[in-house]
Amino acid sequence: MENHNDSHIVPFKTYGIILAVLIVLTLISVAVTQIDLASLTVFTAILLASIKSGIVLVYFMHLKFDNLMMKIFVTAVFVLVALVMVVTFLDYNYR
Amino acid sequence: MSNQETETNYVSFREEKGKYKGILAWIFSTDHKRIGLLYLYSIVSFFIIGVGLGAAMKLELLAPGKTIMDPATYNAIFTLHGVIMIFLVVVPGLPAVFGNFFLPIMIGAKDVAFPKLNLLSWWVYVVGALIALSALFMGGGPPDTGWTFYAPYSFKTNTNMLPAVLGAFVLGFSSILTGINFIVTIHRLRAPGMSWFRLPLFPWTLYGTAWIQILATPIVGITLLMIVGERLLNIGFFDPALGGDPILYQHLFWIYSHPAVYIMILPAMGAISEIIPTFANKSIFGYKAIVISTLAIAFVGYFVWGHHMFTSGMSGTALYTFSFLTFLVAIPSAIKVFNWVGTLHKASIQLEAPFFWAASFLFVFMIGGLSGLALGALATNVHLHDTAFVVAHFHFIVFGGVGFAFMGAIHYWFPKMYGRMYNTKVATTGWLFFFIGFCTLYLPMFFLGIDGMPRRYYDYVERFHGPNIVSTIGSWVMIIGLIIIIANLIKGAYSGAKTSKNPWGGRTLEWEVDSPPTLENFEEIPVIERSPYDYR
Repeated sequence: MENHNDSHIVPFKTYGIILAVLIVLTLISVAVTQIDLASLTVFTAILLASIKSGIVLVYFMHLKFDNLMMKIFVTAVFVLVALVMVVTFLDYNYR
Repeated sequence: MSNQETETNYVSFREEKGKYKGILAWIFSTDHKRIGLLYLYSIVSFFIIGVGLGAAMKLELLAPGKTIMDPATYNAIFTLHGVIMIFLVVVPGLPAVFGNFFLPIMIGAKDVAFPKLNLLSWWVYVVGALIALSALFMGGGPPDTGWTFYAPYSFKTNTNMLPAVLGAFVLGFSSILTGINFIVTIHRLRAPGMSWFRLPLFPWTLYGTAWIQILATPIVGITLLMIVGERLLNIGFFDPALGGDPILYQHLFWIYSHPAVYIMILPAMGAISEIIPTFANKSIFGYKAIVISTLAIAFVGYFVWGHHMFTSGMSGTALYTFSFLTFLVAIPSAIKVFNWVGTLHKASIQLEAPFFWAASFLFVFMIGGLSGLALGALATNVHLHDTAFVVAHFHFIVFGGVGFAFMGAIHYWFPKMYGRMYNTKVATTGWLFFFIGFCTLYLPMFFLGIDGMPRRYYDYVERFHGPNIVSTIGSWVMIIGLIIIIANLIKGAYSGAKTSKNPWGGRTLEWEVDSPPTLENFEEIPVIERSPYDYR
């Protein structure tokens, strides 16, 4: 676990920017509910939520500084969840 | 089989003096072997209760009309039978018992990566079990929805749904904690020289299983919380009356519960992959193919859940996709069967009880698997859906697959766990009764299902009477076998002949440590320089 002993000093400015991005994305997720996107409504909500959780993982949870295997595992989990959703919507979108 | 006694100048994990004494030394122990045994005793206790409920159902079906119970009781009993057998027995089953006991030893480690987390997972399991079983004793009566808790009925029944659902929710955490522990253990604690392709097959299957435990279990947790939200707060997730979609419940439930079938069956396949080469005295055929097929089953198994819902009203596109994927997952399963049979080809086989269990596993697993293809095909599924055929199919897979592998595993590793040997002739007799009883119990249900007998009905028309009598008699024979097996193992644990380190001639690491092992398993961590199955 050698990389856990390295210290990663992230400037406050970076955290501030990430916080601002998260707030903006939250506001967008609220605002977008005013628009009728029909079958893309759920997709849009999930996309925005995924971008937000991705940013949290990469910056706040330090995935950016983790080893390659951890990055691959986390990406693979996201791909798996995305695939499960795609398969689920093969039902909802084609009824 | 050599029976020379193990040297006695060592202290086994069972005799080790710790901080606590008596039962406290067990329930607060962080030793992976003690925790494995705690799981064994808990799971076997629940299994006996589940068998009792199953036997009561078969007794009710001995004759048409009311035999020993009324319809409402029958509904509650099949629900409890399902909840206990699935959530308390087969899902934790092999990983919790044999995974805990043998994973660290088989990879050359002193314990799992997080021993305290391991103990916590057992405690969480016990708490979850108590919550689920409390549904039995509270006003309102036990739930009657079936173990699947399908919407919208699960929101309308006045029985104790919430404790059962909450129990299943808590049990999920136990599963997740075990999964995290096993993944980290396998990544970080393998002995020097144990590359991924020198990892024995049982740990490989535990690895695949652990990923499913971590990634699929939260989905059922969230789903069960949504039930609670709907029942208590009237949020319309699943109930059409509140604007919800009952098929969404089925999706979410099976997104977990189908991979859960692989949580059950993968470690069972791992145990069989250990037993067969040992008793064939021959290197396993196609080691890498078995490893890859394990991972393929774990992955593809995520995408086949819809085959439980072919008659629920899904879109045509979803139906075709799920049917195709279901046939796809049969391929890696079949690869394994061919590899096991290939291992037996031209082998000099030791005919002992563990081998009989493994060989009969192949037989019942094949019947279960092939009948699954009939259910995976869209047209036949419409005819067979919710009939006794489905009950026969999943009992051949889950009870035949997991149950036989569990029995094989306990007979295989018993001398290592207890340092004593059971009576091998009695063990074989018990297996014979069990195997005959099992086939007599479940085979007639295939015919009943094809003929149209629905599942979960406490009554039936006269033309189904004959096969139901045969089936009920089968349950009696199987229970006789079970009594013989359990009595023989208990007697063996207390007064069986002391056994050597390696009574079966196995090659994996657990056969190099003392029987029973010491607290830390190895005096020195071994250096691995060979494959786990270098027989000949």
